[in-house]
Amino acid sequence: LSADRIDDDTWDDFEATLISSDLGVAPTGELVESLRQKLRVEGISDPGQAKSLLRSELLGLVDPGLDRGLNLDHEPGQPAVVLVVGVNGTGKTTTVGKLGRMLVADGRSVLFGAADTFRAAAAEQLTTWGDRVGVETVRGEEGADPASVAFAAVDQGIQRGVDVVLVDTAGRLHTKVGLMDELGKVKRVVEKKAPVGEVLLVLDATTGQNGLTQARVFSEVVDITGIVLTKLDGSAKGGIVVQVQRDLGVPVKFIGLGEGVDDLAPFDADQFVDGILGD
Amino acid sequence: MFDTLQDRLAATFKSLRGKGRITDADIDATTREIRVALLEADVNLAVVKDFVAGVKQKAKGSELSKALNPAQQIIKIVNEELIDILGGDTRFIRFAKQPPTVIMLAGLQGAGKTTLAGKLGAWLKSEGHSPLLVAADLQRPNAVQQLQVVAERAKVGVYAPQPGNGVGDPVQVARDSIDHARHGLFDVVIIDTAGRLGVDEEMMRQASRIKEQTRPDETLFVVDAMIGQDAVNTALAFEQGVGIDGVVLTKLDGDARGGAALSIAKVIGRPIMFASNGEKLEDFDVFHPDRMASRILGM
Ligand SMILES: Nc1nc2c(ncn2[C@@H]2O[C@H](COP(=O)(O)OP(=O)(O)OP(=O)(O)O)[C@@H](O)[C@H]2O)c(=O)[nH]1
Ligand SMILES: Nc1nc2c(ncn2[C@@H]2O[C@H](COP(=O)(O)OP(=O)(O)OP(=O)(O)O)[C@@H](O)[C@H]2O)c(=O)[nH]1
Ligand SMILES: [K+]
Ligand SMILES: [Mg+2]
Ligand SMILES: [Mg+2]
Repeated sequence: LSADRIDDDTWDDFEATLISSDLGVAPTGELVESLRQKLRVEGISDPGQAKSLLRSELLGLVDPGLDRGLNLDHEPGQPAVVLVVGVNGTGKTTTVGKLGRMLVADGRSVLFGAADTFRAAAAEQLTTWGDRVGVETVRGEEGADPASVAFAAVDQGIQRGVDVVLVDTAGRLHTKVGLMDELGKVKRVVEKKAPVGEVLLVLDATTGQNGLTQARVFSEVVDITGIVLTKLDGSAKGGIVVQVQRDLGVPVKFIGLGEGVDDLAPFDADQFVDGILGD
Repeated sequence: MFDTLQDRLAATFKSLRGKGRITDADIDATTREIRVALLEADVNLAVVKDFVAGVKQKAKGSELSKALNPAQQIIKIVNEELIDILGGDTRFIRFAKQPPTVIMLAGLQGAGKTTLAGKLGAWLKSEGHSPLLVAADLQRPNAVQQLQVVAERAKVGVYAPQPGNGVGDPVQVARDSIDHARHGLFDVVIIDTAGRLGVDEEMMRQASRIKEQTRPDETLFVVDAMIGQDAVNTALAFEQGVGIDGVVLTKLDGDARGGAALSIAKVIGRPIMFASNGEKLEDFDVFHPDRMASRILGM
């Protein structure tokens, strides 16, 4: 009965905190319900203790045990290939640039593939990132077939014997069937040259409940292996990734914390939960 | 899972069929469903609470209509209330008496400002104006070039005296663009600015200085329809830091419910003026509150 002694305001606060972080109505309901039961069983009636239990429940959902390393396995003579995908404007090109920086700092040789041949100045933007972080960019003509540009990048990667090829793709809404087919083709064509070991879905932390639909559709088309959560330097908490992680069974691997070359960090479940609970 | 609010409410009311009137308990059950529908559409929690309280009050005081079943009656009230908030003084661009008319675009990173500059330019041109796009994002890699390409596609003028990528002063570019427009006989100036976070005080000050120097007739807040609960914080930050005259909702060609539209309209009380619904120049429309209301409700 102790849980009942925690007043409605405290429950409202918990609920408001979780909903406001974009965790979603259903997950919030489940979390609050399971918390109520635990408090009852353990006879906890102190709001402070309830909050720390909430923290550990939430942390459990985020699952600190997941392997969040970037898969860079590759056969001799072939580069590891990382494909970066997502809806428009989430931070794909920027993430490719930052990942390049991280890998170069790790002592790996890297090549960028500019498979966004659609958006104005997209290839130029990636090339600028390449110049910043010391990585060459393979590009095609504006309007060229993105699959053939991605293929050429991996082909170059093989010829030059690089460790990793990072392929940037055009932003596309998951509702556009033609564009999603095009993305599937990019992956299939690349795989004629070398396996794609990582497909990173870039999600913007401000995204609301639509993030889950995005993730599901992208995953059907290109089999997502990891999530990058960008723009966490703003006031948004990115709570939608909790549902995305659970639904897809793939971990958030990196977070974006700004527009600079070093503003990419490994995802840390504790910090993420602190961000939501405001500690 | 229920797909639409109508389905949800139909289920809630199934047990009540045959009853002649809506009881308070019916209204409570219904508003619980409405609350969930709005939250799943990404309407801000505080806005949902207010909204639901308002609907409750109206529903309790409303006359029963013989033509509608109880679910339909409540949906009607909800719909009217939504349209009322979304559509409060809908209006078009206010043109300056003394040209050029200045339109400044502001918003979070990646919201769709640069793309919108092209769309607005093409649309204004088709209305007989002579627009000039101004490259005042000197920060994002190749933003200047992106705007140049967009202007070329839209067949409108572009003022891009600085290369960008960290070089040049955006406030000066914006200020100088007004003279440039006068000399070149451009009657509308559209200023593309860098994406910025609401919490970035320095960047908010920069936007506010651009505004001071150019005195825009319209400062448009450009926001992605997929945005979640943070919409309100962000809109308030732009309203306080820069001052907003109108809102443009982008990426409506996706399937996001777009509840942020309601949150923003309600909290900052500014009209949503345009809807952007695609990546091409012509994917652009004036905003329709009734369509948006149905979309938020999933109908
Ligand atoms: N504050 C912040 N801004 C970011 C972050 N990541 C990317 N951005 C900014 O977000 C905007 C969009 O980033 P891009 O990398 O161009 O996004 P994209 O997904 O490649 O966009 P499209 O190719 O047009 O779909 C740019 O202004 C970036 O500088 C981040 O972690 N924090
Ligand atoms: N599907 C769709 N994509 C859009 C829409 N508006 C813009 N985009 C796309 O969204 C991405 C970002 O658009 P930009 O115009 O570069 O956004 P921005 O606000 O200028 O970005 P920053 O300058 O980096 O802050 C690009 O891929 C655009 O093509 C829209 O209405 N629908
Ligand atoms: K944040
Ligand atoms: Mg890009
Ligand atoms: Mg821009």
